[in-house]
Amino acid sequence: MVQSTAHSFKDNAREALGDAQLQRALSNVPKGFIDKRAKARDGLPEFDALRDAGRDIKNHTLAHLDLYLETYERKVAESGGVVHWARTAEEARNAILDICRERGARTVTKGKSMVSEEIGLNDALEAADIEPVETDLGEYIIQLRHETPSHIIAPAVHLSKDQVEESFREAHTELPADRDLTEPVSLLHEARQILRQKYLDADIGITGANFLIAETGTSIIVTNEGNGDLTQTLPKVHIVLATIEKVVPTLEDVSTILRILARSATGQEFSSYTTFSTGPRRADDPDGPEEYHVILLDNGRADVLGTEFQEMLRCIRCGACLNHCPIYHAVGGHAYGWVYSGPIGAVLDPALIGVEEAGSLPNASTFCGRCEEVCPMRIPLPKMMRHWREREFEKHLSPASVRTGLGLWAFMARRPGLYRAATRLAMGALKALSGGRGRLSSVPLAGGWTRYRDLPAPQGKTFQALWRERQHG
Amino acid sequence: MPSERPRVALFVTCLVDLFRPSVGFAAVKLLEQAGCTVEVPDAQTCCGQPAYNSGDRKDTASIARQVIRAFASYDYVVAPSGSCAGMIRKHYPTLFAEGSAERAQAEALAGKTHELVSFLVDVMGVSGVEAEYDGTVTYHDSCSGLRELGVKAQPRRLLAKVDGLTLAELPDAEVCCGFGGTFCVKYPDISNNMLEKKLANIASTGADTLLAGDLGCLMNMAGKLKREGSAVKVRHVAEVLAGETSQPPIGEGD
Repeated sequence: MVQSTAHSFKDNAREALGDAQLQRALSNVPKGFIDKRAKARDGLPEFDALRDAGRDIKNHTLAHLDLYLETYERKVAESGGVVHWARTAEEARNAILDICRERGARTVTKGKSMVSEEIGLNDALEAADIEPVETDLGEYIIQLRHETPSHIIAPAVHLSKDQVEESFREAHTELPADRDLTEPVSLLHEARQILRQKYLDADIGITGANFLIAETGTSIIVTNEGNGDLTQTLPKVHIVLATIEKVVPTLEDVSTILRILARSATGQEFSSYTTFSTGPRRADDPDGPEEYHVILLDNGRADVLGTEFQEMLRCIRCGACLNHCPIYHAVGGHAYGWVYSGPIGAVLDPALIGVEEAGSLPNASTFCGRCEEVCPMRIPLPKMMRHWREREFEKHLSPASVRTGLGLWAFMARRPGLYRAATRLAMGALKALSGGRGRLSSVPLAGGWTRYRDLPAPQGKTFQALWRERQHG
Repeated sequence: MPSERPRVALFVTCLVDLFRPSVGFAAVKLLEQAGCTVEVPDAQTCCGQPAYNSGDRKDTASIARQVIRAFASYDYVVAPSGSCAGMIRKHYPTLFAEGSAERAQAEALAGKTHELVSFLVDVMGVSGVEAEYDGTVTYHDSCSGLRELGVKAQPRRLLAKVDGLTLAELPDAEVCCGFGGTFCVKYPDISNNMLEKKLANIASTGADTLLAGDLGCLMNMAGKLKREGSAVKVRHVAEVLAGETSQPPIGEGD
């Protein structure tokens, strides 16, 4: 599994805030995604009704997940494919490595898959002397740079064009110095040229799946570059790596959810490519793999079923919550320290790697609610984060100073007489300290506040004291 | 408007009570002008959000019980804060087991609790105010009021009726200012980054006054504006709507 630095979120965040290049790149996230989604939503009157329908489909599926997974497995088998069940990341890696070894694979092309990041697949392949080649342009770029994706759908969103050019020149050693790479399209052509040969060389193609359809045993990927199609049709073996919550009952259900996926993600009505694959090639198929495998990974998700966190399994990985999150805009995806970032990462990561490791992620939210407002699956993300904070509080993981402060506040809040007397004194003292300036530049125990801003001073007497005077005066 | 004067309990909120009583008095004036009888129950302190958002459900529930008792007998409960009203409306019921008597009491309270400006417009049918304000204001939509309670058009509708006031819309008015209760002290660096973006947007409007409906956000933005030496005045929207602007703006001296 990928090494986590989620516990150092605060330090990661500080570093990200001080990185001028990153801050410039991040400023494009809200500009690029928010208006496009709004426009796509406004152009579809039934958008919100589709969200309700999508939520209901997912809720129904999760309530009968065992049934739909069994049906899915049967249908895959009927179409000539094989389903491999994996409880853990390690089991998933081993299943893939076994297939690779049996075929004597040297080169593996990959369509974008966050799950493959979750199980640390590239490292495992390299350790087994198999070359993994990412074919999504963003993934290809970060693979060259030995980085991890910083966004669910835009893995290289943290990079500038200049950084990409630099990485290409470093990796593509035969590149003439005078080759113009100043435009994104020229970078794309350069990557395409290299990748074209890799597609042909690849022994095995590995893709993720946006959906698995129980009714037909089909897996679906949506892409904008067509790289997924080439990855899964050119090599002799296609491996689908997907997690158990990706299953939906029918083709009809998928067509409902697909209508809100791209609109939420990139503001497109539909992605450029939506590819359905059902089993290996049949005798009369013009192309397609000879073998079709599905690695069906749990990795902690089944434990979430039936808990207060179940709703997060509705996620369809559109990235809308990241695109609209002011915290993500401030620190970017890498600061979160593990595979999934942004609001969905803040609820998913503690479930997958433990609240001890990732507990600061659900705390790093103002509960502004924008993520929930845009989530196509209507996942109540702030509520999920609050539940993680409750788990953390129950386990006594929150800092002692916070617990003591809150405990004292709650103690006072339950004793109105004492509260009024104490706050009256405290506000009088704060007012006096402000010396008539109307604000304080430093306040004992309030360093977090006054590091960047003044504290407006109280007006003097409390409202309750003044109100009593008015009633009795 | 209801024929009899409704009995309204003011939930003054801890921040207004402690830091800015003038907002409480502005709220009282607006409610009385709208035809309400206003009372201020003694046993109020805080709505419990700090404990709730820190994962302490037990203390939150016990604070909620106290609020429910103190406010149960009124026709309406009104708070000059979307975040505190949202806490009571949206979150109190979830603290108690479904089907329990406490849940029913929490739901009853939730059903009659409102944010001040939305109460005036949506419940009392107020369409105008008797106030003057000479200046250009911009308005920040505080997150909880906006997303939990749908407070968006109401303050703008009433501000449009204030003599002399011009409203300049704030770019990204719906983006969080970085306050977030304990967030701003737990993650001061991130909070500051959000606040800097907010300040740049405020400056871009050219407005001389910044308004919002939640004192937490206002103290956050005012604290930064004053630290940076900005001349922009910061006030709670209720002060302007009530024509009660004799007190210095937030963060400014006498």
